[in-house]
Amino acid sequence: MLPRRARMTNAIETTNLVKTFGKTRALDGVDLTIRSGTVYGILGPNGAGKTTTIRVLTTLLKPTSGRAVVLGHDVVSEAASVRRKVSLTGQYASVDEDLTGQENLVLVCRLMGLSWADARARATELLGAFGLADAAGRQVRTFSGGMRRRIDIAASLVTTPEVLFLDEPTSGLDPRSRNQVWDLVRQIAAEGTTVLLTTQYLEEADRLAERLAVIDHGRVIAEGTSHDLKSSVGSNTLHFHLAKAEQRDAAQSVISGVLGNGVLPATEPSAFTVKVTDAGAAANVLAALARANIPLTDFALGAPSLDDVFFALTGRPAEDKPKSDDAKEVAA
Amino acid sequence: MSADAIHSGGETLAMRPRTQPVSALGATSTLAWRALLKIKHVPFQLFDVTITPIMFTLLFTYIFGGALGGTPRQYIQFLLPGILVQTIIFITVYTGVGLNSDIQKGLYDRFRSLPMWQPAPIIGALAGDLIRYSIASALIIGLGLIIGFRPAGGVVGVLLAFALVLVFAVAVSWIWIIFGMKVKTPESVMTTSFVFLMPLTFASNIFVGLETMPGWLRAVVRHNPVTHLTNASRGLMHGTPAASDVLWVLAASAAIVLVAAPIALRMYHKER
Repeated sequence: MLPRRARMTNAIETTNLVKTFGKTRALDGVDLTIRSGTVYGILGPNGAGKTTTIRVLTTLLKPTSGRAVVLGHDVVSEAASVRRKVSLTGQYASVDEDLTGQENLVLVCRLMGLSWADARARATELLGAFGLADAAGRQVRTFSGGMRRRIDIAASLVTTPEVLFLDEPTSGLDPRSRNQVWDLVRQIAAEGTTVLLTTQYLEEADRLAERLAVIDHGRVIAEGTSHDLKSSVGSNTLHFHLAKAEQRDAAQSVISGVLGNGVLPATEPSAFTVKVTDAGAAANVLAALARANIPLTDFALGAPSLDDVFFALTGRPAEDKPKSDDAKEVAA
Repeated sequence: MSADAIHSGGETLAMRPRTQPVSALGATSTLAWRALLKIKHVPFQLFDVTITPIMFTLLFTYIFGGALGGTPRQYIQFLLPGILVQTIIFITVYTGVGLNSDIQKGLYDRFRSLPMWQPAPIIGALAGDLIRYSIASALIIGLGLIIGFRPAGGVVGVLLAFALVLVFAVAVSWIWIIFGMKVKTPESVMTTSFVFLMPLTFASNIFVGLETMPGWLRAVVRHNPVTHLTNASRGLMHGTPAASDVLWVLAASAAIVLVAAPIALRMYHKER
């Protein structure tokens, strides 16, 4: 199996992929090329088209136009072949809450073609490996968010997929559970499975994905390594609020004096987000503001967020669109 | 330790190659097994739908029975075959409710992305529903026997009536499958169902005979499928089956399945 996989260089290719729901263009010409054996991240706000992309690639939705090929198979004309080789872990834990952890995994094992005996053995094995052995006999409705997510991912690994799709695998998880999921993704990828994940967090894409695409309004607005993307934003940012909003212009010129440029567009008049290379540069900016008698209510240093990426790429904040395709699909 | 392993929490997990896809029968029986597990884990759902008919049976038999049928004992002979029909028809909505909640929870996304015979989740759920209908029927008939129901048709008559009710129930389930895919929440499947099922079961001859109704209503009630099913069920249980009613029910069931099943399956295959 491995040599064949190594020969095939691209796990996923999409060309001008379009998907419309009524008047909404959920996907507006998405081009993606994802190499086999890599972890690829799709980064974007709610409603950008992340879930729609995954649903098209896993044969759950037919594209309105354009083409998507997964592992050499067209997702429309060879949907069954695609389904045989990929696994999907959707945004909402797709397990039966009324059944126990063990029963849920036996169910998926059986549906993947294992005999009853093999299914039971594999379910027990997976529960152990995912740290859920103690919860095997409990109904999933009693599971915590992190446990649900883990059993959901376990269900996708009943047999080893060639491509694993993870739709926002850590949304709503506490930091500890999030780290556990990250570790799992790394382990799965280390075994040669191509992983395509969507996320709203730049940090997550940065930690896990070798390459990523930023998508907005159904289009890819940036593509590259996480390093490429971050250098377009600045590897660190300094956030602060002015005590007096009318000092904005004065503050702007002080910052320009220290750094040259680097002020990102702001969401409110008193707020500033400034690209800085290191802590020294941030200290210089703060010192210069103090010397110029420009008081601040607060300040913070941080890694750039999805919002910062969006500012840098589009000049506007990442907006949530409640009437978006993602929201609609959930309701539909 | 081989390279083909996942390590997590100190445990080792061998990777597993994909096997032959599951057969259509294997997938369907596995999903029927899931439906049985749900009955086992959530028995309340079954209780929920049988408590009303049990109350109706007791209420009508002892409070109205004397007035409607001479004595409560005479009335239960008339009422019970109809109450069975009403109970099972009300439970059919759970097929749609279950499907809808699976869709909302994302479970159907997993099923649909698996390499298996795609109608299996629907057929499996229907197979599980047969068990649900059987348990509910046993409860109702059991209660009837306790309070004096004595079917002249014997065990065979009762079983035939039960089988006929099952056939009609499975046909009606297909309608709820369509609703389950169309509406937004499991609750709205329920609400919609009451709008249809209340008049359908009350404007029938389940509780009182046709001859007591005004002429215009009699004309409507006579054509209600539930009236035909109730007549057939009464006839079979009391050993006086009318072939016309039985055939009418079988034909109506076939017609419903022939129309609703292809629509339901096409909707299921289609993107959502």
